[in-house]
Amino acid sequence: AKAILGGSWWLANVLLGMWISVVLALTVLPAMFGLSLGFTDLYIKVLVKTLEWAALRIQRAQKVPKGDSSMEEEIVELRRMHPHPLTGGNFTLCDTFYFCKKGIESIVEDQVTQRFTSEELASWNLLTRTNNNFHYISMRVTIIWGLGVFIRYCILLPLRIILAATGLSWLVIGTTLVGILPNSNVKDRISDLLHITCYRICARGLSAKIHYHNKENHPKKGGICVANHTSPIDIVILANDGCYAMVGQVHGGLMGLIQRSMVRSCPHVWFERSEMKDRHAVAKRLRDHVADKTKQPILIFPEGTCINNTSVMMFKKGSFEIGKTIHPVAIKYDPQFGDAFWNSAKYSMVAYLLRMMTSWAIVCNVWYLPPMSQQDGEDAVNFANRVKSAIAHQGGLVDLSWDGGLKRGKVKESYKEAQQKMYSSMIVGH
Amino acid sequence: MGSTNSTLSKIPNAGDLMQETGFSPAHIVRLYDRYKALDKDKKGHLCPQDFGAIKELAMNPISDRIIGAFFSSGQEVLDFPSFVRILAHFRPVDKNRPKDPNSPEHINSRSNKLKFIFQLYDQDKDGKISRQELLQVLRTMLEKQVTEEQLESIADRTIQEADLDRDDAISFDEFRKSMEKVNIEHKMSIRFLR
Repeated sequence: AKAILGGSWWLANVLLGMWISVVLALTVLPAMFGLSLGFTDLYIKVLVKTLEWAALRIQRAQKVPKGDSSMEEEIVELRRMHPHPLTGGNFTLCDTFYFCKKGIESIVEDQVTQRFTSEELASWNLLTRTNNNFHYISMRVTIIWGLGVFIRYCILLPLRIILAATGLSWLVIGTTLVGILPNSNVKDRISDLLHITCYRICARGLSAKIHYHNKENHPKKGGICVANHTSPIDIVILANDGCYAMVGQVHGGLMGLIQRSMVRSCPHVWFERSEMKDRHAVAKRLRDHVADKTKQPILIFPEGTCINNTSVMMFKKGSFEIGKTIHPVAIKYDPQFGDAFWNSAKYSMVAYLLRMMTSWAIVCNVWYLPPMSQQDGEDAVNFANRVKSAIAHQGGLVDLSWDGGLKRGKVKESYKEAQQKMYSSMIVGH
Repeated sequence: MGSTNSTLSKIPNAGDLMQETGFSPAHIVRLYDRYKALDKDKKGHLCPQDFGAIKELAMNPISDRIIGAFFSSGQEVLDFPSFVRILAHFRPVDKNRPKDPNSPEHINSRSNKLKFIFQLYDQDKDGKISRQELLQVLRTMLEKQVTEEQLESIADRTIQEADLDRDDAISFDEFRKSMEKVNIEHKMSIRFLR
C-alpha cells in the first residue's frame, strides 16, 4: 500500500512538472519573441459568445436617456409651463425646482465620487462583483455562472499566479545580472529585451489582450509620454509595446526590490518621499533625463490618481513644464471582461491584483496620439488641458475639469459663484 | 446574485421602509451604500457637514436650504430611514400603483413634491411664504450678482402674481395654483438607479 501511495505521489509530481513546463514553454518562449499563439484570441472569442448569450437572458434595464441639458434649457422649459408676463426681473417661483432637483441628484450621486467608483454595466458579465442591480435570473445562467467561478478561481488563477511570479522573478534576476555588464549598446539591447519579455509574461498572467493603434506615433527616446491613469496595470499595458523609463516614488518591500533591480539595467527615475515635496528638484531631474537622448522616454500619469476609466480628470500642470513636446497616449479598458479600475480606498494592492487575476480577461485599446507641442504664449495649464482633451476624445472618455484631488479636498467658492452668475444672467440679463 | 439580499438583511426595517416609500430592494441597497459613503467618519449617522462635503452640492446656490430640508426641526443627526424618506419625495410617480383612497398619500405624490419645495421657501413653517422669506431665497440664489433694489422689485412682482387673497404672502394653495400647468411629476423626479 505504501508503494502505491509513494507511486501515486511520484506520478502526481511528474504530471505537475509536465504541466508547468508545457505552460512555461507555451507562454514564456513566445513572450520572448513577441509571438502570439492565438490562445488568448480564441479564449476571448468564446468568452464574448458566452457573455452575449447571458446578456440575452437578462432583461436590459430600462435606460432613460440621460439628458444633460444645461441650466438655461431646463429653466426655460420650466417657465414655459408657467405662463406669466415678463416684466422687469425674470424670476419665477418654479426656478427653484431646477436647483432643488440638481441638489438632490448630487446627494444621490455626484460626478466626482462617481468617477472613483467602478463603472456600472448595462448587462451582467457573470462576475459577482459587477452584479449590483441584477437578481436571480434563471437556473441556466446560475449554472454558467457557477462554472465561470470554477474556471476563474481553480484553473485560471493558479495559472496566472505562476505566470506573474515567473515574470517578476525573471525581471528582478535578469536586470540584476544585466546590471553587472559594462555600459554599452549590447547592454541596452539586452535590457530592453529583458524588460519587454517580462512585461509580456505579466500581461499573459492577466490574460491581457491589448490592441495598439497608430504605432507610428510611438514615443521616441528622450521624449515625454503622458497617459490617463486607471490602475497600476497601465504600466504593464504600455510597456508591452516598448521600453519606458518609469517615474515614481520609491516604495518598500517587494515593489522596492523590483524598483532597485530595474534601475540597475536601465535608468528609471525613482523619487524619495522627501524629494517629491520640492517641485523644482523633481522637474530638474526629469528635465535632465529627457535631455539625454539615449535614455528611454519617460512615462507620466498627470491625473495623479487612479480614475475609473469613464472620464479624464484634470491634468496636473507639473508634467507639462518639463519639455516642449508631449506624446499623449489614451488607454481605454473594455469593462465587459473585467473592471480594471483600482479603487485604492476599497482594495489594497494585493486584493486588487487578485481581483484582476480572477476576472475573465483584461481587454483594452491603446491609442498613440501624434506628438503635441506647447504653443508660443500658451501656459502650462492650457497646454495640459489641450492634451487632456485630445486623450479624452480619442479614448471616448468624458473630459472633466474636476480635479482628481477633489477625491480628498474641498470645492472652491468660485464654482458656486459661477453658478450664481449663470442664473442671474437669466434673471436680469447681464 | 444574492449580494443585494445580503446587504438588504443588514438594513434594519428595510421591509417597512420599502412599503412606506415605494422604493425597490435595489434602490434601498443603493441608497444605503450612498448613505455609508457619505458618512466618511463612520459615525453611523449623517450631519450637515457630510452633505457640505459633496462637491456638486456645494456649488448649488440653494445648497443650505436643501440640506436644511433633511435636518428639519433643528436636529443635527440624520438616520438612514429619514434619509430615505426625504429622498422618496423625488421618486418618479408610479403610474401603475393602485390608488387606495383610504391609505395615506404616497410620499412622492404631486402634492407632496410641491410641499417639499414650498418648505424650502417657508423657513419658519407658518404655512406662508412671506415677502422676507422670498427675498432671502432670492438673495441666496443671486448673492452678489444683483442689487438690493432689483431683488426687492423681483420679490414684489412675484408676490403680486401669485398672491390671490392679497395678504402679501403666498400660501400653499396659492403656490399650488400657480404651479398648475407645470409638469411636477417630471421636473421633480430623479433616477435612482443608472
